Amino acid sequence: MAPLDELKIGGMGASRRRVEDNRFIRGKGNYVDDIVLPAMLHMQILRSPVAHAKIKSIDTSAAWEVPGVRLVLTGETMAARNLAWMPTLSYDTQAVLATDKVRFQGQEVAAVIADDPYIAQDACDKIVVEYEQLPAIVNPIQAQKADAPLIRDDKENQATNKIFDWEIGDKTATDQAFADADVVSKLDLHYPRSHPSPLENCGSIADYDRATGKLTVYMTSQAPHIVRAAVAMVAELPEHMVRIVSPDLGGGFGNKVPIYPGYVVSILASILTERPVKWIESNSENLISTGFGRDVYLEGELALRKDGKILGMRMKTISDHGAFYADAQPTKFKIGLMHSTFACYDIPTAHLVSEGFYTNKAPGGVAYRCSFRVTEAMFFQERMVHAAANDLGMDQAEFRKVNLVGDDMFPYRTAFGFLTDSGQYQKCLDVGLKAIGYDTFKQEQEEARKRGKLLGIGISTMTEPLGAGNSREYDIIGIKMFDSAELRVHMTGKALLRTGAKSQGQGHETTWSQIVAHELGIPADDIVVEEGDTDSAPFGMGTYASRSTPVAGAAVAMVSRKIRAKARKIAAHLLEVSEEDIEWELGRFYVRGNEERGVTIQDCALAAYSNIPDGLEPGLENTAYYDPPNLTWPFAAYLCKVEVDAESGVWDVLNFVAVDDCGVRINPMIVEGQVMGGLTEAYAMANMQYITFDEEGNCIGANYMDYLLPTAWETPGFELHEVVTPCPHHPIGAKGVGECATVAGPAAFVNAVMSAIEHTGVRNVDMPLMPNRVYEALKTGKDVSGMPPVLSD
Amino acid sequence: MYPSRFDYDAPSTLEEAIAILDQGGGEAKVMAGGQSLIPMLRLRFASPERVVDINGIPDLEYHRIDPDGTLRIGALCRHEDLELSTIIGDTFPTLAGAAHLVSDPIIRTRGTFVGSLCHADPQGDWSATMIALGGKIIVQGPNGRREIEAKDFVLGPFVSALAFNEIAVEAIVPPAKGKALGGYLKLERRVGDFATASVAVALDMDGDTVTRAGCAMAGVGGRTIDANEAISVLQGKTLSSENIDSAAAAVAAASDPRTDHRGSADYKRHIVETFVKRVLVSVAKSEKKEAVA
Repeated sequence: MAPLDELKIGGMGASRRRVEDNRFIRGKGNYVDDIVLPAMLHMQILRSPVAHAKIKSIDTSAAWEVPGVRLVLTGETMAARNLAWMPTLSYDTQAVLATDKVRFQGQEVAAVIADDPYIAQDACDKIVVEYEQLPAIVNPIQAQKADAPLIRDDKENQATNKIFDWEIGDKTATDQAFADADVVSKLDLHYPRSHPSPLENCGSIADYDRATGKLTVYMTSQAPHIVRAAVAMVAELPEHMVRIVSPDLGGGFGNKVPIYPGYVVSILASILTERPVKWIESNSENLISTGFGRDVYLEGELALRKDGKILGMRMKTISDHGAFYADAQPTKFKIGLMHSTFACYDIPTAHLVSEGFYTNKAPGGVAYRCSFRVTEAMFFQERMVHAAANDLGMDQAEFRKVNLVGDDMFPYRTAFGFLTDSGQYQKCLDVGLKAIGYDTFKQEQEEARKRGKLLGIGISTMTEPLGAGNSREYDIIGIKMFDSAELRVHMTGKALLRTGAKSQGQGHETTWSQIVAHELGIPADDIVVEEGDTDSAPFGMGTYASRSTPVAGAAVAMVSRKIRAKARKIAAHLLEVSEEDIEWELGRFYVRGNEERGVTIQDCALAAYSNIPDGLEPGLENTAYYDPPNLTWPFAAYLCKVEVDAESGVWDVLNFVAVDDCGVRINPMIVEGQVMGGLTEAYAMANMQYITFDEEGNCIGANYMDYLLPTAWETPGFELHEVVTPCPHHPIGAKGVGECATVAGPAAFVNAVMSAIEHTGVRNVDMPLMPNRVYEALKTGKDVSGMPPVLSD
Repeated sequence: MYPSRFDYDAPSTLEEAIAILDQGGGEAKVMAGGQSLIPMLRLRFASPERVVDINGIPDLEYHRIDPDGTLRIGALCRHEDLELSTIIGDTFPTLAGAAHLVSDPIIRTRGTFVGSLCHADPQGDWSATMIALGGKIIVQGPNGRREIEAKDFVLGPFVSALAFNEIAVEAIVPPAKGKALGGYLKLERRVGDFATASVAVALDMDGDTVTRAGCAMAGVGGRTIDANEAISVLQGKTLSSENIDSAAAAVAAASDPRTDHRGSADYKRHIVETFVKRVLVSVAKSEKKEAVA
């Protein structure tokens, strides 16, 4: 019998078409806003027009008068049910509907529930709120001033605007490294605020059934099981009476991890009206009030030896979290995995100090396509490396080669204590250097400069910790970050797979089936994947931080192996030999020494329901919970070549080479799609995305005319390469990849533009590198800071 | 993102539409392509009592060139019609240059040229082009038609010279005196973005002499900026590099930009100067090429 061709059954390595796209491209997806329930009401939220103000009064009487209005809710109504405040995923509290003060522009103040959303909006417009405006704090530099107004006066023991101090590393040894250094390279910069901007905004339909006591909430959540636990605790409903359903999601990018006030208000509204209540936010509401990314300031220093060796690294970060500390982070790590910075470099000692502050801005700092602040960590790293190579007068590639961790050094313990386990860093960089023509670039740049053209090349290399994570280190509000898979093989050999992850476009329905196909030989087309319904899916921590394949994907492999182990017993029974005499090849058991005598996995499935050996449970299904032994450590080497127009500051990407080592690729096409999507976002952050606040805390750029999402027209082409170093601990050797490009990408663009203009003496231009900033840097030779305006004293 | 309540009419003649506007007493709004009006309704920046959809009125989709060379653009001519036009490329290069820079390809399929003029956005591309070309707008009201010079049509940000009971029915671009040359350059952060700064330059040339020079700018003032006077320094002159430099400097001086997150006022003025130079240099080069051929 010819063995099964794994590619033909859609197994590992098959660039199988995405099965979910069948419905998406036909407009047959089922998003929250597509769901219509009988007698459903609609909710609109009234938001604060000002950033910081006392609420003197709220008059809702005119709103109640509007025909079709069923309910008007304010902070007072919420407070009467102990729901005016809710806990966040970072052990803080957040206002659901404001009672005492508003703390950011766009904060939820009241809600109207009506027969249709138009009526609800009309009635919202009729609510009169009297505000007494307070001075606004719009950045963490202002927030730490001694006379800064206290934003969180609602909290006991909160005397300042500081949220946390956090520190890691060896200060004494690092100070010594700096004392011993030949050269100290310093760089200060700002990673600007960016917005995850899922194309589908956030929303929910809460449906409380008084007869059964059951609450069903259809909602846009990347982590429905965490929401179930939180809702059960906050709304004081028994957990088995809470069902969270996350249907198709139109992107998440970390924006759909936090629990937003709108969800909670819709739940109370449904309980009070005993009717389903739908709340769908608008683009502007999403931009102004939901979890943003980044907004971190860096003071960075590298201690260097003349020959290029990095002796030590010092970093201070100051982060802006908005009015409520609501970005989900593992409990131990207040500023996420910022300390994964420089993980790909062999550095003897390092020290990181982080401070987080409240400001009068929407809560956030979420992991926007990022494994908990890794994007900032790696951007800081690669900008510091770029500046350090220049300070030493060393070639950018050469400097990296001197310091990259070598293939023979794994497992490698980083200065901050992470254990990286595998990689071929030099090889990846070499592939990239060759592809972009690095050897001849300097000459090309010289010649172009003579013709008045400014060319630049930028490198970004990094490894990042993906797939949180093992239960010793990683949790969200105390719940450990394992994940799960449940596999049911039906009697005809078809199967249903459910996991605790939740696809938002990643293609789980396609790739999970491929893992099962690889492990069991069941064709991928014979497997259906379901996620997102907490009543049916096994408990899991959801999808973000590139954790799906490293954790839930591993659980899929492990549950398949459990199924195979049982099928082996059935095969032995069918073949009338002992289990020890059975061999496995893809999709089939056979008798050792007699390959012709065998049974397929489908034969075993049928027997599990029709011909069960004595002493064995019928059926063929199982569940696996997977607690990963370590994070996975993919590597990326990105190189970008640009031309800068000296007259306008406009820059064009001439070539972009991305070399990714994410271990074994389950579906190469999906991996390539992930890399291209991430690079597109990286390009947007580096080039055009700008959202800021004026001195009064008014958000500038809270719409998609001002805050730009790149289109296919201006997005450059990307040349992709791969190197494969399997993950030593993952059951199928895979590493996370969804975020590599957003993490490593921005520095490649910025370093390229800097390379084109730094002959003028400029060391840094903060993102976004808009034409006016690049032109100013070229003209003045001075750094251009993206520091938002500071309120004058 | 839910508009206020409004009544909707879809008249089938201009007369009917004008009568509805007249009865509306300023509370009715015309909708052609809807690409600006609908977002404004959704944001509740505009809350008209009545929307008068003119898409059902026949024979307004045209753009054509009269025997005397006059270009006529009907009220329902879409941006895309001009982008794909086979007749304006050679005769109206400034228009052709702008046609593919107006917003993005999706909006260009629905949005209209004349509607964009009426919207009077200070960052609008077509107003600048029309002013540079010395165009006119024909408007029709209860008492018949009148002509308004493009330079007088835009009164301020989002305010045009249209009376509440008038509809802009046609835009007219006069024929060139000699050979029409020029172009439209726009600094945008992304396809579909409004102009950070843009310049429309329209030249009529007799041999290597400029017989008429027109220029206007978008994004660099509280309204579309008429720079016809500034660029008139080229009138009767050749496109020597000195003349180009002085024209570009004069246009830049006529701009009135504001510092904002897209750049400082100085930067925008510099962009205007650079772009005017670029258009003029490319015109001069194309003239030279033709002379050699």
